[in-house]
Amino acid sequence: MAEAMQTDQALPVGSKGKLSSGWWGMLALIATEASLFGYLLFAYFYLASQTEQHWPPDGLPNLLVPCLNTLILLASSISIWASERCIKRNRLRWSFALMAITFALGVRFVVIQLNEWSKKTYDMTTNLYGSLYFTITGFHLLHVIVGLIIVMMLLLWIALGYFDDRRHAAITIGGLYWQFVNAVWLFEFTSLYLLPYLY
Amino acid sequence: MSNASQSTPGLNLTRVPDVGSAPIGSAAEIRLAQLWETAPGWRGWLSTVDHKEIGIRYLVTAFIFLLMGGTEALIMRLQLARPDQTLLTPEQYSQLFTMHGITMIFLYSAPMLSGFSNYLWPLMLGSRDMAFPRLNAISYWFFLFAGIFLYASFPLGQAPNAGWFDYVPFAGLDYNTGPNIDVYALGMVLLGISTTVGSINFIVTLFRTRAPGMSINRVPIIVWGTFTASVANVFAIPSVSLVFFLLWLDRQTGTHFFDVVNGGKPMLWQHLFWMFGHPWVYAVVLPAMGIVSEALPTFCRRPLVGYSAVALSTMATMLLGFGVWIHHMFATGLPALALSFFGAASMVISIPSAVAVFAWIATIWLGRPVFKTPFLYFAGFVFLFVVGGLSGVMTAAVPLDFQLNETYFVVAHLHYVLIGINVFPVVGGIYYWFPKFFGRMMNETLGKWSFWVMFIGFNLGFFPMHLSGLLGMPRRIYTYAPNMGWNTVNMITTLGSFIFAAGILIFLANVFISLKRGAIAHSNPWDAPTLEWAIPSPPPAYNFTVIPFVASRHPLWEDRLDEGSGRSILDKGYLLMEGRETIGTTPLDAKPDIILKMPGDSYAPFLLALSTSLAFAGLLLHWRDFTALMSLACTLSLTAWMWPSKALVQCVPDINQDKGAAHG
Repeated sequence: MAEAMQTDQALPVGSKGKLSSGWWGMLALIATEASLFGYLLFAYFYLASQTEQHWPPDGLPNLLVPCLNTLILLASSISIWASERCIKRNRLRWSFALMAITFALGVRFVVIQLNEWSKKTYDMTTNLYGSLYFTITGFHLLHVIVGLIIVMMLLLWIALGYFDDRRHAAITIGGLYWQFVNAVWLFEFTSLYLLPYLY
Repeated sequence: MSNASQSTPGLNLTRVPDVGSAPIGSAAEIRLAQLWETAPGWRGWLSTVDHKEIGIRYLVTAFIFLLMGGTEALIMRLQLARPDQTLLTPEQYSQLFTMHGITMIFLYSAPMLSGFSNYLWPLMLGSRDMAFPRLNAISYWFFLFAGIFLYASFPLGQAPNAGWFDYVPFAGLDYNTGPNIDVYALGMVLLGISTTVGSINFIVTLFRTRAPGMSINRVPIIVWGTFTASVANVFAIPSVSLVFFLLWLDRQTGTHFFDVVNGGKPMLWQHLFWMFGHPWVYAVVLPAMGIVSEALPTFCRRPLVGYSAVALSTMATMLLGFGVWIHHMFATGLPALALSFFGAASMVISIPSAVAVFAWIATIWLGRPVFKTPFLYFAGFVFLFVVGGLSGVMTAAVPLDFQLNETYFVVAHLHYVLIGINVFPVVGGIYYWFPKFFGRMMNETLGKWSFWVMFIGFNLGFFPMHLSGLLGMPRRIYTYAPNMGWNTVNMITTLGSFIFAAGILIFLANVFISLKRGAIAHSNPWDAPTLEWAIPSPPPAYNFTVIPFVASRHPLWEDRLDEGSGRSILDKGYLLMEGRETIGTTPLDAKPDIILKMPGDSYAPFLLALSTSLAFAGLLLHWRDFTALMSLACTLSLTAWMWPSKALVQCVPDINQDKGAAHG
């Protein structure tokens, strides 16, 4: 037999990090979710390019609070990354603390975003821009809330002692989802807040 | 949730998997059968995650939808048989052609192919199940519930009625005030979940659970069709789910995406719908073409000519398929530049399609054909593919499309494509794999009758539609005047459609007769080359007693082909019996790199699909509290599902004798 099968090799068992099926499944889920946001932004740019209305209707957006909120999300990206690094080094308390910080930052983002919404002079039904603005940011906010539920579960599971340096696939996979949701925000922020300054 | 591995001490974090053999009846084989068996009765029925059971359910459910859609078509054909008929009212006719399209395109053609792939993939890839068994179960439940959802308003005479591509503004609230379109919109979002999770499952299964040695160039050719379709679905489904959701928002909350008065654009609907719609066409034909590429060579007694060319052309077709959606919109007044570009791109697709056609012809030409029933279906498919392909190239030409758009010519084209490239391979595939599914052969005499009746009926029914289209008959009219010159073609079309239906009935009778009285099939009745034919018919719950080692593309033909550098080993390999387990291998070379713990049977998929579907029903009926309650139930069942399990070694087990080994 020319291609001998190596059968004496020890193999990891169960959900080990990036060898787990869950990691692959999450990558595929992100591909399809990224497409969803891609189509949403396509709808935005398509309608913006065809519109005869004033765009955005109440003038250029104020950038201060959205920029701050973006920084909050970026900080949470760092904290969840650090939390996973800590679990890889078996520093469970640090991992827990950093995951808790991620949760707090995420909640902060949601609160600020809801506040931003309440300051708008239009809603979903007032005009076309309002429909797009609230649908696009609403989809993202919903994803942040799902992400927060995941982060909350991860916190609980770390506290229950489920994970250590050897098995923590859920943190790797959940962390990837959180990074994805934050990456989506960068695209939305650029499209809805920054690009209007260019045209 | 039962977990077989609770009874075993084998919760190590690493181990050297045992290698051995487990002939039928040995202690090891009996243990495997116990580990993988599903509980009898309704419990097992609701909780099973066995891909074979799920595959059969997909096939049966999709076939029932085929019969429903077919019945709708026959009623329409009765209405159109002669001019000025009054069998149906215009509104009834609109609902029938819409439901016919929805049923055939969404509820029959793709789920049918998922059924084949679900059943066959783990058997062909040498695995004990799909990568995500529970996700597999939920994709079926979502499909079933979405099908019921889409039909829920049909008995009330309120079915979707704006055509299967549901153009706004006709589908908007101004012109369509009933629940018809809301049912369609929400039902499609629900069905999208099924298709998406199913596709993700196929992708990960292909990359992670192939038998050791089955490098990416050795996978059976059928796998490329479903894999390509799955990747396309991952990128295309969000478009249709989103566009239906936006339409629902427009109708229910008063947003303005498609609202012309307030700056919305109906063309946005067409773009987003066809950005999905065209890839979807390939998603429902490429796996069926895969069935032919897989099974035709068995009846030609030689390997497929041009395996790599066929695999690459499959993917090239799909890649191009993402850049041609505007050929559905030629008559909408888009700029000439866009029309030329998309018309040219559409014509280019004939190149990869022709690669596949010539590969099949060369396989028949160079082989020694055995004229069994499946061969007839596959050879008939090649002919219909060429006819449908030619009318496709014709409509890709922009000026000709201006003339043919919205006429019966387009109807003829899409039926040649969808029946020719989907239904014929599917029926042929059922004849081919029936002995594997049920352990019995199908009747050859009835089989040949069913083929010829279907083939003659189909061509008699659908070829004249080209003519009625060229004579100017628009599609989707519920009747026509007697002096239009369309009387004869329509009568012939109706006759043909009933003959075609008779062929389907002969096939169905054959299925029932063969289930009871078919000759008993041994493991490899067609002398076929791939792994699914190495195990008993029907296969045991665990599929393979030992995970096979694969050394070539045709493991069962190695002795006569002598193509690989070695020989596959089927009777000795990884035993993997400390709970439900299968081997995980590297994506390209298929070298073992992990022992995957597989979940046991579970009610979670059924409950999650049910609560989600009920939440959608709540949205449809405006029951806010009910929707909120069901969403909460979804969250809870999802949390329970995701809860890290010690038995699956998703978290650190209590016993860890090998702490040092894991660090080392």
